[in-house]
Amino acid sequence: MSKVRVIARLDVKNDYLVKGIQLEGLRKLGSPHDFAARYYEQGIDEILYMDIVASLYNRNNLSDIVRRTTEDIFIPITVGGGLRSVEDVRSILSMGADKVAVNTAAIRDENIITRVAQSFGSQCMVLSIEAKRRADGHYEAYFDNGRNHSGKEVVEWARRGVALGAGEILLTSVDKEGLQRGMDDDLIKAVTEAVDVPVIVSGGCGCAADAVHAVSAGASAVAAASILHYNKTTVPELKDALRAAGVEVRR
Amino acid sequence: MKLVVIDYGLSNLLSVCRSFAFLGCEPVVSSSPEEVLTADALVLPGVGAFADGMAGLQKLGLDDAVKKAVAAGTPLLGICLGMQMLFDEGEEFGCHKGLGLIPGRVVKLADRDTDGAPLRIPHVGWNGLYPVGSEQFTGILAPLTPSDETYFVHSFAAETDASFHLADTFYGGHAVTAAVRCKNVFGTQFHPEKSGRIGLAILGEYLRLCENS
Repeated sequence: MSKVRVIARLDVKNDYLVKGIQLEGLRKLGSPHDFAARYYEQGIDEILYMDIVASLYNRNNLSDIVRRTTEDIFIPITVGGGLRSVEDVRSILSMGADKVAVNTAAIRDENIITRVAQSFGSQCMVLSIEAKRRADGHYEAYFDNGRNHSGKEVVEWARRGVALGAGEILLTSVDKEGLQRGMDDDLIKAVTEAVDVPVIVSGGCGCAADAVHAVSAGASAVAAASILHYNKTTVPELKDALRAAGVEVRR
Repeated sequence: MKLVVIDYGLSNLLSVCRSFAFLGCEPVVSSSPEEVLTADALVLPGVGAFADGMAGLQKLGLDDAVKKAVAAGTPLLGICLGMQMLFDEGEEFGCHKGLGLIPGRVVKLADRDTDGAPLRIPHVGWNGLYPVGSEQFTGILAPLTPSDETYFVHSFAAETDASFHLADTFYGGHAVTAAVRCKNVFGTQFHPEKSGRIGLAILGEYLRLCENS
């Protein structure tokens, strides 16, 4: 298998790195590039930028940040938030993004998944799913950064997305997001068993043990945010702990 | 040194260009056969499907220009799809002719590991490089030590004689062609421009070899 990837997730609002809890109550933390550069130096495997207010304005504002990133950060960059069309995707890729994470647009019209995969390859098309657990134990896909529910059952939606051409799934647990109290392993297990593409899991990683559990549940990559942004741990510490638990990661 | 990054309409060239610029060699991006023929060194990047890539090159007359330049001794580095197109043919969405600069063909990755369990395709992520037929890396990989990791994103890979392999990687227990060399033609299945410090070392070594050729 490939090594498990450790990804830094940087939520961006109006040029600032922000962090919330359950995708709400955002705090400004600083320049996204400074944080990305620090993680790059520390050996992070990928950078994930999410424009978390983009859907409200129907556009993604990360072009400048992505362009700046490609000047001195030479690892894969995924960009999500507010990408509405193949043209939006083309534009952000031309700024240096390697992959796009699409949620809201895919919920509104699932055919965008196929169009992006056909135009740029399925490896480029990451289906972003924001999952909330329902009272009946099933999960429902949310959009507009966790504000609206789609009526789609998450496992079915993941399967459908892959059938339409998604090359990866970014699976965010809205319930666990920002709490640093563990990831939603049931959710991770349900989705990774249902699809044969890599699943990046996000939401709730508060320590290395949480990442280890997520990998045991089937995750191909773990996105970390708060624990890195708040200096609770560093990328090397996180990777050392994963390695000590028997998880293969990049040096 | 005039380093030409070949633009045939498919790829995101920015990252490749930024990497070379970071190393002190600002490349020329061009779709012109004349620029290819007057280059000191060439880079053929690429993301996408084999047939689309070849069609893009042919439409602009770049396939013949690249072949001519290589025959005249100009060094060429193919990256990802750019490496795959160096071979005789590719079988992505039907069988398509490649540039034929290195003997071999490009086939789909095995979708089962050596124990028969399903493998996730595409192969996405960081994976270790191992020299083939030698203890140490040579050519553009000379600065690396075995098991150094680079970033891969692909569903197809080259099958070619071991004598052309600079490095293999392993996916699901299968050896996968990771880097090749045939005289002045180099190729990497992985993305050196996305492989951090290791990737920059490889591109830097390519520049050094080109300057000395």
